[in-house]
Amino acid sequence: MNKQSRIGDSVLRIEDPPLVRGDGCYIDDIHQAEMLEVAFVRSPHAHARILSIDTQEALSRPGIVAVLTLADLSPALAREQLPIQYPDPNLAQDLGPFILAKNEAIYVGEPIAIVVAESRYLAEDAAARVAVDFDPLPAAADCKEAFASSAPLVHSGRKTNVVAEFRQSYGDIGSAFSRADDRVSVSLKQHRGGAHPIEGRGLIAAYERSPRRLTVWASTQLAHELRVSLMRMLDLDENEVRIITPDVGGGFGAKYCIYADEVAVAAAAVKLRRPLKWIEDRREHFTAAVQERDQYWDLEVACTSDGRMLGVRGTMFHDQGAYTLQGINIAFNSATSFPGPYVLPAYDLRVVSVTTNKVPTAAVRGAGYPQGTFAMERCLDRIATKLGLDRVEVRRRNLIPADKIPYTTPMKSRSGSPIVYDSGDFPAILDIALKEIDYGTFPQRQAKARAEGRFIGLGVACGIKGTGRGPYESGLVRIGPSGTISVYSGAAEMGQGIRTALAQICAEQFGANPDKISVVTGDTGTVPLGMGGFSSRQTVTAGSSVHLAASRVREKVLKIASHIFEADVDDLEIIDGTVRIKGVPRDGLGLQQIANVVYGSPGYAIPKNFDPGLESAETFLPSGLTYGMGCHAVELEIDIGTYAPRISRYIVVNDSGRLINPKIVEGQIVGGVVHGIGNALFEWMGFDDNAQPITTTFAEYLLPTSTEVPRIKVILPEYPSPLNPLGVKGVGESGVLPAAAAIVSAIESAMNSPALEIAEIPISPNQLFALSQTARKGA
Amino acid sequence: MERKHAISVTVNDHPYSGEVVGRTTLADFLRHGLQLTGTHVGCEHGVCGACTVLVDGSSVRSCLMLAVQVHGRRVETVEGLAPADGALSHLQSAFLEHRGLQCGFCTPGMLMTLTELLRTDPDPDEQMIRVAVSGNICRCTGYQNIVDATLEAAARYRAERSQ
Amino acid sequence: MKPPPFEYHAPSTIEDALNLAATLQNAKILAGGQSLMPMLNMRYAFPDHVIDLNLIPELAYIREDGGALKLGALTRQRAVERSVLVQKLHPILQEALGHVGHIQTRNRGTIGGSLCHLDPSAELPGVVTAICGEIEVASVRGRRSIPMAQFPAFYMTPAIDEDEIVTGVSLPLWTPGHGFAFEEFARRHGDFAVAAVSVLIELGRDRQISRAAIVLAGIGSAPVRVAAAEQFIVGRAPTQDVLAQAAAMCRDVEARADAYTSADYRRYLAGVLGGRALTRAADRARAHH
Repeated sequence: MNKQSRIGDSVLRIEDPPLVRGDGCYIDDIHQAEMLEVAFVRSPHAHARILSIDTQEALSRPGIVAVLTLADLSPALAREQLPIQYPDPNLAQDLGPFILAKNEAIYVGEPIAIVVAESRYLAEDAAARVAVDFDPLPAAADCKEAFASSAPLVHSGRKTNVVAEFRQSYGDIGSAFSRADDRVSVSLKQHRGGAHPIEGRGLIAAYERSPRRLTVWASTQLAHELRVSLMRMLDLDENEVRIITPDVGGGFGAKYCIYADEVAVAAAAVKLRRPLKWIEDRREHFTAAVQERDQYWDLEVACTSDGRMLGVRGTMFHDQGAYTLQGINIAFNSATSFPGPYVLPAYDLRVVSVTTNKVPTAAVRGAGYPQGTFAMERCLDRIATKLGLDRVEVRRRNLIPADKIPYTTPMKSRSGSPIVYDSGDFPAILDIALKEIDYGTFPQRQAKARAEGRFIGLGVACGIKGTGRGPYESGLVRIGPSGTISVYSGAAEMGQGIRTALAQICAEQFGANPDKISVVTGDTGTVPLGMGGFSSRQTVTAGSSVHLAASRVREKVLKIASHIFEADVDDLEIIDGTVRIKGVPRDGLGLQQIANVVYGSPGYAIPKNFDPGLESAETFLPSGLTYGMGCHAVELEIDIGTYAPRISRYIVVNDSGRLINPKIVEGQIVGGVVHGIGNALFEWMGFDDNAQPITTTFAEYLLPTSTEVPRIKVILPEYPSPLNPLGVKGVGESGVLPAAAAIVSAIESAMNSPALEIAEIPISPNQLFALSQTARKGA
Repeated sequence: MERKHAISVTVNDHPYSGEVVGRTTLADFLRHGLQLTGTHVGCEHGVCGACTVLVDGSSVRSCLMLAVQVHGRRVETVEGLAPADGALSHLQSAFLEHRGLQCGFCTPGMLMTLTELLRTDPDPDEQMIRVAVSGNICRCTGYQNIVDATLEAAARYRAERSQ
Repeated sequence: MKPPPFEYHAPSTIEDALNLAATLQNAKILAGGQSLMPMLNMRYAFPDHVIDLNLIPELAYIREDGGALKLGALTRQRAVERSVLVQKLHPILQEALGHVGHIQTRNRGTIGGSLCHLDPSAELPGVVTAICGEIEVASVRGRRSIPMAQFPAFYMTPAIDEDEIVTGVSLPLWTPGHGFAFEEFARRHGDFAVAAVSVLIELGRDRQISRAAIVLAGIGSAPVRVAAAEQFIVGRAPTQDVLAQAAAMCRDVEARADAYTSADYRRYLAGVLGGRALTRAADRARAHH
């Protein structure tokens, strides 16, 4: 399929052949002998005291093996509550969920009991018969309202609903405002919704007693972290827990969390000593998988008369949901991503993270960056409107110029290292987008359309994503006695093609065919160290680790060959898996032969000065995030009869650093853009005033479908990163960041009514109609 | 005890016999009764399309059919598109070449829907393809590569037929 | 999301089905399954019995009979969508069916199933109301016909007895070459209608409108006939001005609101879609004239 290739070739993915045959192995495809299936009893109340749980009737149902509550699991648990994934001094309180609810349910969907049965059908029958006596309590459904002192407490027994309060500040904000020629106020409500991989969460936990071993297959983005978590929660030892990741049908952040219900399944498996399978159904994904939800941004921008920002100050309220599974990461990302690729001399944002009686908030593709990006882009549009300037021109005037790169912002990442935009040319990227969308002739196009009674608009937005988050990722490259090259990495494959990228990076060192390289990921039994897949990190971290490991193995291969050939290392080359003396095409040594030289055999010595085995393990520790800037340009038309937008052109220019596999990068960006289109126009995870979820099916929660998205043109200028040996940057989330801002700006451009400002996303045709009515009345 | 129903069904040209209770869905029967796990379950309420199979040549959501309902019928799943150790169909090859998949979970459903499309409309344009797969949700690819793969596959099938 | 347990029945004749409907308590009819199965999977319904009508070939037919197009209850929507006879006699059905879900929905979904389910946002009940169709219903006690206008009893509930089964729908013919149009607005292709309008127009020899049907779907809990607009355009030539006035009357209806859509917007859409449908229907009627 793939020939010998170089990094930079769009080789076909090694993941694909079994997948197109239907031969993938996802979590629900796995069957273990004696396996039972699990269903959860989940809270139907957003907030309620749990007075009693009666499992008698449920237990008497056919095929039921056990109905377990927290009390039943406690003997298997070292602790009853999940610790927070990312502790932070800014957290005023640490709200970790109980593995199964103890005395209080804090959100609709919270797991209360676990039913173990011969089939999922029977388990659901019994789950409906578990009688929970609830005493409903008032629920807080909105984070701004939950902040008020009169609000009901989300967790009764706590003193406040505030989870964290911090400031992202630098520069002299007072002076910025006193110097300003003009000020603009911007108030926004941003909503993100759920992750919704087409495959939900799931795991199988199997516990044996002798020797003690818990094996868990999990549809997860963080196998190693899950292993450590289960070790701690179940008081098991280093070698007693193994996590194996099967094929994963998408993650998008939902599988990048340690969940109480997953620990409950593992604990139940320990208690019952039968393999247990739990497959999350879609309703559970709506009510129990993490989401990102609402942020309220109230900002004031100080600017010069020619549209340059002097400072921005304000407050951001962040809806944390019922528990702090991860910490303040999302809110923090939003706050630090706000300045974006622009010069912002002074900044003072007060961030308040508030708990609500809704599903916990944690990362969904973009992890807080889309919100910061949207807020900045709206500020720039408002500056343009207020000052009568062109929207693109305002961006150009504020963009960090190329000669200032690397640009050290005054902000620090959560790990304490400064946020430095390491490489890129932001004005050049903007110019490529403008040229591609024929920005210069748009006014004529728009005028002509207007004359025909058609409403077309154009929007441009920029974003910048920090990628390659550390602290490290692992890469082990081994050439075994068969000559097969294997790569082992803590990276997580979830559809993005990381295994192909790692195969390519490794293949480069040996002139090999990536198809022939065996890539093992997500198995803690064979990969000792790892972090997993999130934050657009893996090409940078895993890629660099594998690159370093493969380079070391290559060095060793050449040393061994030089010893055998009695030639200088510099006179050797590796072509297509064979080591030869340059200029002497015959008599090469295959990798198998070289591997066997140092593999050893009883009675035969390994040549002096060589260690046994042909492998190297490396961990790449990035010194900081590497930043990739992107610019989106969108042209669309509003059907003025229905107020429905139809995107006619979508251009993305994205700096993804050096490209390992351009087609894979393009696919990631297009997927991210479509998620962004969802955030702009469709995806609303609705809750009512009592924090009851309203949208709990795909008929109510709208994902973008094939007829609703345009062709997206992706242009990939390469500004290699100086921060890793490959020069790569991550792209998994990049496509999401400026999408909503570009679309909203384009809608405003189409409506062309100064009184019509879009301050909330997603925006539906109904909402655009309402805004239009209001704008007309005000006019 | 739930009453069992004996069913006989042809799946990918193989006859199968089994026993199911009335409420077993076709999707669960294929996946766990027959171990044909290529068909995937994404939503269980008939919207995402991951579970799409062909019954008597028509695409259906197997999560919305009962297993008993295919007694005596002919079912086609993704596993039947290419022989086990044999060459991929043009549609599958085109998906590979045009990167019409990323995580692969929606892919079997997409392939079955498109198989029906190409049988009824051998020369579809972009809009027809998008309408055809509007009932198959993909969270990964953004659909344009799926369209390109289908256009390519259609061309190859037409070329083959004209020979 | 697995269905709760039920007893499954698959009668092979109409008579057997009627007997089951008469004797079983808490039974639900399974036709295409596109509405019932999601309800079962989500455990919104707990029937003790499911009566599957799919093995009764006599219930699926498309034929012309006595001045009407008759469709059996179990006729697949996809079959109606592709039928040459339907295209000839009631082309508005085909235009509407293009908006009903997706191909997979229509491959299994049935005419009878959709009509019985009476989802306020569904397309077919509105179309059948516009055509002035009659629902044919049978039980062990006999057969009867219910005019579509009287078929919805209340929200998503047809005016039939526990033991009655819908066997078909009779769609009286409109004059050959009648003007027709179906307009819908949905959030995405294939989604339920936020609002939809069915328009049928007949032109007399004097080129004035001699008969009209204007029915809204998605606006209320059942299809809404805009009688005022119908009465206004009958006896008038279908000029732009006349049609615009009729469209404005479509806005003048009571509309429901929900978490996603305001009543104002629905009314507004009714006016816009009504105008578009009236214009296209009139154009078609004139073209044939």
